[in-house]
Amino acid sequence: MIARMLDGVPGRGLAVLAGLLAVLLAAPWVANDYVLTVLIIVLYSAYTGQAWNVMMGFAGQLSLGHAIYVGLGGYAAAALYVHFGVAPWLGLVAAVAIAAACGAVIGFLAFRFGVGGVYFAILTIAFAEFARIGFDHFRWVGASSGFFLPVANYTRNDLWNLRGDPTMFYYVMLALTVAAFAICHVLLKSRIGYYWQAIREDEVAARSLGIDTFRYKMYAIVLSAGMTAVAGVFFAFYYNNLFPEQVFHISRSIEMILGPIIGGIGTLFGPLVGALLLTGLSEAMQELLTALRLDVPGAKQVFYGLCLLVVVMALPGGVWPWVAGKLGLTGPRS
Amino acid sequence: MAAEIYLNVAVSGLLTGLVYGLMAVGLSVIFGVVRVVNFAHGEMMTIAMYLAIVLFNGFGLDPLIMVVPLAAVLFALGYAMQAGIINPFITRPEHSQFILLVAMALIIANVLLIVFGPDARSVQTPYSFDSFLVGPLIIDATKAYAGAATVVITAALFGFFRFAPLGKAIRACADNYTGALVVGLNVKRLYALTFGLGAACVGAAGSMLVLLVDVTPALGPALTLLAFIIVITGGLGSMPGAVLGGVLIGLTEAMAGLFFTPSAKSMFSFALLVLVLLFRPQGILGKRPS
Amino acid sequence: MIPTTTNSSGLTRRGFAVGAGAAGLLATAAGDFARAQGGPLKVGVLLPRSGAQAGIGQDCQRGVELAPAIFKELGLPELAIMNADTETNVEVARARAEKLISDGAQLLVGAFDSGQTTAIAQVAEQKGIPFVINIAAAPQITEQGYKFVFRNFPTAAMILSDAFANQKELFEATGVAPKSVVFMHVNDTFGTSMQQGINAVLPRFSMPYQIVEQIAYDPTARDLSVEVAKAKATGAQALLLVSRLNDAILITRELVKQRWSPMAVLSMGPGWYEDQYLKTLGKLSDGPMSFVPWYDPHKRLSKQLEAALAKAYPGINMNTNHVFTFEALLVAADAYKRARSSDPKALADAIRTTNITDNVSIGPGIQFNDKGQNDKLKNAAIQNRGGKLLTIAPKEASNAKPELPMSAYDRRG
Repeated sequence: MIARMLDGVPGRGLAVLAGLLAVLLAAPWVANDYVLTVLIIVLYSAYTGQAWNVMMGFAGQLSLGHAIYVGLGGYAAAALYVHFGVAPWLGLVAAVAIAAACGAVIGFLAFRFGVGGVYFAILTIAFAEFARIGFDHFRWVGASSGFFLPVANYTRNDLWNLRGDPTMFYYVMLALTVAAFAICHVLLKSRIGYYWQAIREDEVAARSLGIDTFRYKMYAIVLSAGMTAVAGVFFAFYYNNLFPEQVFHISRSIEMILGPIIGGIGTLFGPLVGALLLTGLSEAMQELLTALRLDVPGAKQVFYGLCLLVVVMALPGGVWPWVAGKLGLTGPRS
Repeated sequence: MAAEIYLNVAVSGLLTGLVYGLMAVGLSVIFGVVRVVNFAHGEMMTIAMYLAIVLFNGFGLDPLIMVVPLAAVLFALGYAMQAGIINPFITRPEHSQFILLVAMALIIANVLLIVFGPDARSVQTPYSFDSFLVGPLIIDATKAYAGAATVVITAALFGFFRFAPLGKAIRACADNYTGALVVGLNVKRLYALTFGLGAACVGAAGSMLVLLVDVTPALGPALTLLAFIIVITGGLGSMPGAVLGGVLIGLTEAMAGLFFTPSAKSMFSFALLVLVLLFRPQGILGKRPS
Repeated sequence: MIPTTTNSSGLTRRGFAVGAGAAGLLATAAGDFARAQGGPLKVGVLLPRSGAQAGIGQDCQRGVELAPAIFKELGLPELAIMNADTETNVEVARARAEKLISDGAQLLVGAFDSGQTTAIAQVAEQKGIPFVINIAAAPQITEQGYKFVFRNFPTAAMILSDAFANQKELFEATGVAPKSVVFMHVNDTFGTSMQQGINAVLPRFSMPYQIVEQIAYDPTARDLSVEVAKAKATGAQALLLVSRLNDAILITRELVKQRWSPMAVLSMGPGWYEDQYLKTLGKLSDGPMSFVPWYDPHKRLSKQLEAALAKAYPGINMNTNHVFTFEALLVAADAYKRARSSDPKALADAIRTTNITDNVSIGPGIQFNDKGQNDKLKNAAIQNRGGKLLTIAPKEASNAKPELPMSAYDRRG
């Protein structure tokens, strides 16, 4: 298994990977809670970006409504915890099942009826918005007045109930990110990964080669939805409150996909690199503005937008393929 | 009594729908030809709305008179955007175009926030609060003007694409990109013209919309989303489709608001959108993509 | 690098001279005091100043800007304000709270919205840094057993109870009361909390009216013609509302266009008294009554704050946002003075024993119960008249008589 995972990774890449992991593992000893909080956001974006990448980067299906899976996952686990005292790790199973089922429904409808490209993207937005308004009226989970998880005291870390300090959440998120990375690596190297890439490059050709494109696209959406739901569970227990306007909103879907596209769509490192760059950029800009005594609400977002614009214009394939090329690390795929 | 309210709500929904159609038609023009989904559509409209407000407050220029000048200003902006920034992205994948336009939307919204502040702005014209009494019907005057403008503008656009030589050339580009290149059309210029034309529709719509809706810097995404629903329902790329889509969505929301809880009324438009996507993905009046 | 310095230095220069002698004395006292304690207290202020709630966040910020000069006159210790923008986003709110604490903030204030406030509250609790909430009405926040979280703002249930009590007072005083109302509310965090509360609270007051219909509408609505048509068709005599600014303006326009003048517009939330509402609608903004957390116009400090606001921001009426953001900082400064230390635990202990009677909001003053909630707060009824906001109930805080029924929209020239 391990051997298979490492298969095809060049030596220098392996060294970089090991170094990165060591740094991330050691981070809580050197970083203060603020840096840790930012790192949690980085890992969270890297994880969700990776999950989204399965669908878009690997199988070529553009989803602009991934917030629906975060929301369903978060609400499912939180509702089970609050109403029935079900621990989040058990709730996670239900959360993943619900989100995956929802993904399956969306995928089935879209792929059966031949909805593709921009139309598929709009369809995913429509479902996410539908869910947002639906949850705004869903009394059992607080409707639009929000759903609050009880906040236990923080004197000790309770991993089973996901109650604890940022360090615990950091390691949970790190474990999830590493797991997602490993899963995606294995998938890309397996038959299913090659089928996905064939579909992404040319669906008609893939079908004529005898690939059951419907089935493999369904695998992609179900897996991506399930993985995203895990992030939703984390979100619910980390922030301890859920508002439909926050979790289902289209802006959350957009945030989620900026990382992998900027980082390098379809690559394993893309989502991680994108998350690191974008979150780092955002925080650095905040620091800079504060240092310049420029307290102008909106200025940060303008610069952020300009940076996005420049990157997407200069590096159409994303940052990681370019960096990897420069460093002579040919990534696992590109 | 009962019949009256149904009639009133239906008329109101119809007029709102026409305004929606006007708001969406620019998106449709651009997509129909350039094949780029303008995710900065709503933000461009907020630019037009703020311009209308500045002109009204500063110079007392009525937004109704400013429809044409504002359309011209937005035409220039759209032309420049396409020629300067978007054109290299025509052949890039959708997600790349998406990020480009989302970044532009982010910049526009926050520059507006810095310049105009967060508070909602509006114009108060002498006719802002007028309504016509027609028997049992109460008709909102501003909406009626805006509805009439929708019909005029879309008819003009329709005529332009059908009969004017330039319009025909643009349609040729849309139908067959390589073919257009082969026969020697300047595709880059035609695309920029089309983007400008779409932006001009946005300018005209923004100028009308400011009479009905208060503008804030954060209004953009909601307008973009609404425009999407409308043009996809009606048929992306079809001018009459945008109007029909607007009217359908307007009526659906009005009736849903009347029969169910109004806070959930946009659920019905999303449901309508999903149904259209599944059973007629090209939209009600759209052409099947070949 | 470190954003500790301060709005205060820039703003104290504005100077609000009241009695020069007394102020001079107080200033000296404050100066000695600050030295004794080792400098100003570092207060992190978190507000949504960009994104969807930018308007309200920036309005709250005005309350922050006014505080330093007034505190100086009151002889309260100086605060070093560290501003942070939550961008109307829970994740950013949490990260910014962590950042402020790592930059040395000794106390946090914020954050208007219930979701962002909950996220910040967790950070504060975990770090043992006192957090004084300026505005956020979700009852859950003070039901979590937090030890470092304090709220000087009423919960939804408190707002409702006072609203009904004040309405009854007004109906009795004028001898006019609607027999039926339509309840329209915005379907967002605050609106839904209020709607859920109303069914529990209303039966305790025998109100003269019945709610004939409840209409919930979309917070991002751009058109409320159907909603108003539906309300009008019920034939109710008055409107009972929980709204925001944008929808308040939309509803008023529709009332005029659809030619419906209710006997009264009774609002139990923001919107109808806000400056933007008055400015946008001019003469048509007169008449609605708002039942909201407010300032007591008779209190000394209210007058001082109002004068300072008028000077710094001419043409802006003082409102809930300024008052409660200012009072949150007041709590901080007062606790710092009594604690004689910037140690967070000592500060929290001092806040727990807060008893400020020289304050701005209505009621006996600022005190916190064992949940960290100021449950002594009272709300007012205010009415828009001639572009001004007059307090019409409760009697002890009022400065004008109510006008009921309100004048019809079509008879205002």
